[in-house]
Amino acid sequence: MSAGQRKTRWRDTEAANGLLMVSPTAIYALLMLAAPLGTILLYSFLTDGYLEIIRDFTFANYVEAWTNELYRSVMIRSLGVSMTVTLVTVLLAFPIAYFVSFHVEPSKKSLWLFLITIPFWTSYLIRVFLWKVILGYNGVVNSGLIGIGVIDQPLDFILYNVNSVVITLAHAYAPFAILPIFVALEKIDRSLLEAGQDLGESKFVTFLRVTLPLAMPGVVASVLIVFIPTIGDYVTPQLVGGPEGRMVANLIQLQYLKLDNYPLGSAIAVSAMAIVTLCSVIFVGLNRRYLKGPK
Amino acid sequence: MMKGGWFKVYAIGYLLFLYAPIIILPMFAFNDATVIAFPLTGFSTRWFSAMLEQPTLSIAVKNSLFIAVTSSILATTLGIFAARASTRYRFPVKAGIMGLIMLPLVLPEIIVAVSLLVVLLGLGVSLSLWTVILGHVLICTPFCIAILSSAFQSLDQSLEEAAYDLGESAASTFRLIILPLVMPGIISSLLISFTISLDEFIIAFFLAGTEPTLPVFIFSQFRFPQAVPVIMALGTVLVVLSILLLTIAEYFRRRGIAKAGGKDTGGFL
Amino acid sequence: MTEKPTMIAFQDVHKYYGDYHALRGITATIRAGEFFSLLGPSGCGKTTLLRTIAGFEGISSGAVMIDGRNMAGVPANQRPTNMVFQSYAIFPHLTVAENVGFGLRKARLPKAELATRVGEALEMVGLKGYGDRAAHALSGGQRQRVALARALILKPKVLLLDEPLSALDKKMREQMQVELIRLQRQVGITFILVTHDQEEALVMSDRIAVMFEGEIAQLADPETLYRRPNSRKVANFIGTMNFLPAEILSEAGGKIEIEAQGFGKLTLEAEQAPGAASGDGAAVGFRPETLTILFEGQTASDRESMAVIEEVVYYGDMTYYDVRLDGTEKPIRISMRNVFGRPVLDIGARTRVAWSPGALVLFQ
Repeated sequence: MSAGQRKTRWRDTEAANGLLMVSPTAIYALLMLAAPLGTILLYSFLTDGYLEIIRDFTFANYVEAWTNELYRSVMIRSLGVSMTVTLVTVLLAFPIAYFVSFHVEPSKKSLWLFLITIPFWTSYLIRVFLWKVILGYNGVVNSGLIGIGVIDQPLDFILYNVNSVVITLAHAYAPFAILPIFVALEKIDRSLLEAGQDLGESKFVTFLRVTLPLAMPGVVASVLIVFIPTIGDYVTPQLVGGPEGRMVANLIQLQYLKLDNYPLGSAIAVSAMAIVTLCSVIFVGLNRRYLKGPK
Repeated sequence: MMKGGWFKVYAIGYLLFLYAPIIILPMFAFNDATVIAFPLTGFSTRWFSAMLEQPTLSIAVKNSLFIAVTSSILATTLGIFAARASTRYRFPVKAGIMGLIMLPLVLPEIIVAVSLLVVLLGLGVSLSLWTVILGHVLICTPFCIAILSSAFQSLDQSLEEAAYDLGESAASTFRLIILPLVMPGIISSLLISFTISLDEFIIAFFLAGTEPTLPVFIFSQFRFPQAVPVIMALGTVLVVLSILLLTIAEYFRRRGIAKAGGKDTGGFL
Repeated sequence: MTEKPTMIAFQDVHKYYGDYHALRGITATIRAGEFFSLLGPSGCGKTTLLRTIAGFEGISSGAVMIDGRNMAGVPANQRPTNMVFQSYAIFPHLTVAENVGFGLRKARLPKAELATRVGEALEMVGLKGYGDRAAHALSGGQRQRVALARALILKPKVLLLDEPLSALDKKMREQMQVELIRLQRQVGITFILVTHDQEEALVMSDRIAVMFEGEIAQLADPETLYRRPNSRKVANFIGTMNFLPAEILSEAGGKIEIEAQGFGKLTLEAEQAPGAASGDGAAVGFRPETLTILFEGQTASDRESMAVIEEVVYYGDMTYYDVRLDGTEKPIRISMRNVFGRPVLDIGARTRVAWSPGALVLFQ
């Protein structure tokens, strides 16, 4: 018997068992996710006819999606909102993750994480709507500020525009940003920080030279896990964005459900995902030196 | 703990920001006025009684419960297979397969929704609660896998071998050893996917056809200002309910880890 | 001593993981009622070999026989072996009694008989009355005992122990070593122990197989292994061995004529070269305790050489001297038991060293 045959026999056991075990889930994902995504990609190159799709290969949908002033501005705005939300969310989240990891007693960490995650799991729609209440003309912020005499006219720049979209999304994705950073911080061997200080660095410099680089994998994960889904958020721009806060998901919904233009809707969706993927790849590439090393 | 002083102030401020909507919600649910604005006018439970008289709401609740129960069972079942496979076996293109299965975790839901919509309509499948379930299973499965993987991971492989060594078959080992030890993880996975499905809007919006689900109903009511206080009452009930479910899920998740002799490393994700 | 019947026979066992050749032609027999150890560094294949007996690992070629029966195709749950796992694998959701009685479930014994058997097993390992305890509330040593009771209650033909003592602290480990030996004598079952701890293997075993890189380097009783290791590698793995270069001059009639650095021309018995040795590059090896530093008034019973002390390491009960024999380049280590009233020598001192040709081993 040759080594090759032995190898095959080994494959027959572990690899085959693993594949068999994962197959129900994998087949489901192939049928319900991979195939539909492939279909969208295909549709984006077809031509829209009245009430039917014409099987003519074309780039027209992409030309339209990328050159039409309306679509382009929505796309750029979505990207801008997504980036701002990501920046705000991750910056606000880091100190919390740091606090829970470094300053909370080990026995209470779970409780803190639980407290942080709870709002995330409670009705998203209602949470978004409540931000409308908080930021609205007669809302909590305005009536509060008027009440204590800071302003005498309600502020109107905080609702139905990009600002309100950013605030609401930053709120919605907060736990998503905190958890990966927390996990990365938890993995840091505390003696490394002592070593940093032992070698003569101040606490702050130790943080910059030791803690931050070691936490970067978590930060990168946070950025991606916030950035990618936010660009496709539908509810928030719809409810609190107003006409000038519309984002790409609203556009996709419009094309699919209102205008029945599947090919153009698909082209917009594919373009949005392509841009997001490109941004993510560039971002990961810029941070790759932090992501190497032992797993 | 002076060291963490400023951090603690910040953390509490942050929690306030996180909880702001949830704190405000019951204020309006129990407020007498029809308009959702400050100042509050007076205590009333009339929105709760009005809620119970909504005929569409009870249909929506029934639909959502059906979807959530079915999706959570299916997603947890699929999750068990994938979590078991990924924690126990090495197999070809594992990273690719697991990556595809976990993709909905980051993929915007609208992409999942429209892509499924296109395929289902293309195949001539008419939209119903079942088409929503198809989508919900897809987005719940990654969460189930995350929870179940930690349950399977804290399971020492030699426990299975020991049972096998002591004369049990693969099936009875699964029943006597693995299942009892990962059961808390399974319960937690069921509860979490139930919560996600119950709350999910976009996929239901695209795939439910004419059948209302709870979030779709809520979304439609936002257009009518006079209906909003009832939604606030409904929201209060939902928030209380989901906090309850989550607490139970967290309890089981922790018990599972403790039972298998593992160390608690964090939250749900 | 009468030769006991064979319990386990490995016949040219090979095991591949993909391209990795984990077991490279293992051929050996383990006798019934023997306390047998598989000793080697991590990654040498000793655990893999143990698991081929248990049935957790298939083999790529060759045969594993247990009590005369080829085990090919016999799954782990039908083999007459039971295992004590490194992590003990105590089922955390069951009580101590449920753990111990786990393997008897299939036997469907009446409740009273089951309780009696579990009670006996617990008593045997010194855990009488612990039956109702929750498994997760046990200490490391207690888990170990539960694992033993759980395996032994099934009266297997072979008990497999996968590094069972490695998780215990030193004191507990020594205590368990003695207890395992006692238990093995009491039940008379073949015990096969996997360990990387040479001391543990020497203390406990009737015979030891030393493994390196998927092969058995030497299989012998502890004394032979220690006194007559068949290669430098085995010699170095078990205890400390000094080496000095030697040249083989002639070999005839069961006698080997050599010239060794520091010792001069010597005649060794053939059994002093357990590994084949010939030509250049040979060396003589000897254990630190086979040489003695001679203090004033003492005389050598056999041979005597002069040496310089280069390093002294004081261990309380022992002192290790690194000395350089006249006419040699590198120091050798000598261990001396410290005796009341005898001084510890200083670095740089010249001293006489007593030695005996019979303690030397010739290596390639």
